[in-house]
Amino acid sequence: MTTSVDTVERKAAQSTPGWRHSKKARFRINLAIKYVVAAIVLTFSLFPILWTISASLNPTSSVSGQTLIPNPATLDHYRTILNEPFGLWMWNSFYIASISSILVGIITLMSAYAFSRFRWVGRSQLLLLILLIQVFPAILAMVALFSILQQIGTYVPRLGLNTHGGLILIYMGGAMGINVWLMKGFFDSVPREIDESGKVDGASDWQIFWRLLFPLVRPILVVSMILTFFGTYSDYLMPRVMITSASKYTLMLGLYNFIGDNYSQDWGPFAAGAVLGAIPMVAVYLLLQDYIVGGLTAGSVKG
Amino acid sequence: MTAIEVQPDKDPKTRPERSVTTGGTILRLLGLVVFTAFSLFFIYLLLSDGYWPLALLIGVITILINYIFLSPNAYPMRWMSPGLAFMLLISVYPIAYTIYISFTNYGTGHLLPKAQVIDILESRNYLPEASGTLNYTVFRNDTTGEYALWLVGPEGNTFFATVGDEFTAEEIGAGALDEDSVPTSIPGWTRLKKAETVRNITAISANSFGLEETAVQVTGRLGQAARLEQRFVYDPEQDAIIDKRDNIIYFADMTTGFFTAKDGSKLNPGFQVTVGLKNYQRFLTDPTFRGPLLLIFAWTVVFALLSVLFSFALGLMIAVVFGRNMPGQRIIKSLLIIPFAVPQVITLLVWRGMMNPLQGVIPRMLQEIFNMPVGWPPFFSDPIWVKVALIIINVWLAYPYFMLITSGALQAIPTDMYEAADIDGASPWQAFRGLTLPLLLVAVGPLLISSFTVNFNSFNVIYLFNSGGPPMVGTATAAGHSDILISYVYKLAFGSSTQQLGYASAITIVIFLMMIVVTLFQFRRMGTWEELENA
Repeated sequence: MTTSVDTVERKAAQSTPGWRHSKKARFRINLAIKYVVAAIVLTFSLFPILWTISASLNPTSSVSGQTLIPNPATLDHYRTILNEPFGLWMWNSFYIASISSILVGIITLMSAYAFSRFRWVGRSQLLLLILLIQVFPAILAMVALFSILQQIGTYVPRLGLNTHGGLILIYMGGAMGINVWLMKGFFDSVPREIDESGKVDGASDWQIFWRLLFPLVRPILVVSMILTFFGTYSDYLMPRVMITSASKYTLMLGLYNFIGDNYSQDWGPFAAGAVLGAIPMVAVYLLLQDYIVGGLTAGSVKG
Repeated sequence: MTAIEVQPDKDPKTRPERSVTTGGTILRLLGLVVFTAFSLFFIYLLLSDGYWPLALLIGVITILINYIFLSPNAYPMRWMSPGLAFMLLISVYPIAYTIYISFTNYGTGHLLPKAQVIDILESRNYLPEASGTLNYTVFRNDTTGEYALWLVGPEGNTFFATVGDEFTAEEIGAGALDEDSVPTSIPGWTRLKKAETVRNITAISANSFGLEETAVQVTGRLGQAARLEQRFVYDPEQDAIIDKRDNIIYFADMTTGFFTAKDGSKLNPGFQVTVGLKNYQRFLTDPTFRGPLLLIFAWTVVFALLSVLFSFALGLMIAVVFGRNMPGQRIIKSLLIIPFAVPQVITLLVWRGMMNPLQGVIPRMLQEIFNMPVGWPPFFSDPIWVKVALIIINVWLAYPYFMLITSGALQAIPTDMYEAADIDGASPWQAFRGLTLPLLLVAVGPLLISSFTVNFNSFNVIYLFNSGGPPMVGTATAAGHSDILISYVYKLAFGSSTQQLGYASAITIVIFLMMIVVTLFQFRRMGTWEELENA
């Protein structure tokens, strides 16, 4: 892809020798080409999004009758989807994701601190193990997880099958994952002199961790928690296996079951639900773009 | 960094390190005792219900936590003890379980261990023909509507049998008996007339009355009931089940997991047995399994490779083109992130609607442009088209990520290197190929590999778009043309009416091993890279 663009640029420059020396003209042509590319890419990227927004405002609720410009625009589909237990699904997803991301954040932060600041036999092996466990295809783990929740639920009903507690329990099992690596990397970048200064003043490890390092790593903790939040908020497979009653559906499960195969009838209300469900995530992404991008790229760009 | 203040202890005479440690030690030991007590109680509960694998696991976790909190050598691991405990429970245990299952015949017809299958078989009763019949009269409960029987035995003995219990005439306060020794009234119950009994006979005969071991059921002859007898009895000496109704002995066959008679007939359900490497051999040697699996494997690799390649290329192109001093590039990039921010399930369902060949907007537009009939292109029913659609969708989903990381990596390349290249008279393309690309690949190489492993297992994309369809024809198990390994595994395990969990586990383990190899390769690279940096 890059090749073609570059060649185009060069050809454009070469075919008009007079312009080669006119830097301004070359810059303008370059810019024009860039905007054309931008327009194409933006169309590709945003068309499905715009199409969904349009569907949510269209008078028809079928996939086939929809036009890009709603004529006339109506909020009917939003009313329809809000008559479903949509608010409940969204609330379920919200609080499951909130609790999970907080608990996972705490676990991750403390583990990363230990990995970064202490040395013990088996440390690197454990780090590697965490990485390898992550690549296990989780589908079949469902069988074991299902029976774990079933058995735990016999004694602790709030953590059993078809409960939000059970779902959160499973999400906590994934805490020791790539996020630990991400945060450990961040801890590593905090100079050890800070710890030393604390030790000289007689601070315990906990005090060093809590009073000195925590304020410094807070940004990456926020990023990691947001990523966990998004991950659990968008998860669909776990709730589908573990949750059975409609009142306990998460948003993704609810939307999935709502549309089913009824694209000819429920497309409009589904689109309305999709828009409402996506707005919080898109808003957070756009607001905290730089932080999140920093977190995502931490693995690639060192230092 | 300058904001850090170490707060010195108020009283310089006390040594904070010590006081914190002793206070902490007591708290720690107390917590440990409480935790251990709780888990021991939990283990006891689990064991008493026969959930020994989970009990064992909790036991291991408890020992580990105790070791971590008691041994000074394990001090650093105290910080990660909750994480480790959950990791063992939720991540490691399912992996161990899957490995074990891959060596068994676990699946439809073989879901339970042998002991439980024996229990199930032994709980089956049969109605012996004409053995000590009882005369019955049906009563119906006035409040619950459930049925009960008044029974008269051959010797004239009488009793009242509800579902699950038996009573004498006095216990229920029965009224006077008529000429058939049946009470005319029982408080709280209504006696049914013959006609009414006939009308409700299906519901009545569905019940077993009286105590479980000596349950009574109504027979085919009206007014006559009989005690049920246990049909199957397990004989540990012969390791066989004896069918007392038909007088057949079924011997336990530990290779097929069935109780089998001499004539080859089997008792259902079968039980779980270990089958060794059979599940693994199956996809290596059996053509009906190997055929689809090879196709699926090839498509999985192609899907993952092309997805990464195209998303990376597109992301890189955007990062390069919009990289420097282009007015409005920030807004453009922000807009391009949006698809990445919307939950995948939503966007996949949207794409599914947009690509629907009969109704979707994309086929409608293509039909107009290429002047094709309705139903074209067959995104859901044609093996090639569905693959094209899936790669387009997956690139759409993934390239914003690559745009982000390549933008970051490009900014990290020092500009003076480009100046040097410029002085040497390198063209922009030469600078890109000789300078940008190699440096970039070093930086994002590991992410390309991990992205490959993610795509290799991207179940959601495949499953939500078209459930792996269209289906392949003439395969031993349900398989689709757009199935990747992980969605195929899902179908084997949960998808159709016959679950093949053993075989599905074997494939999962093979995928797992492949992923481990790829990840270790990546780790090696990163490892050496780190060493270089530290040197």
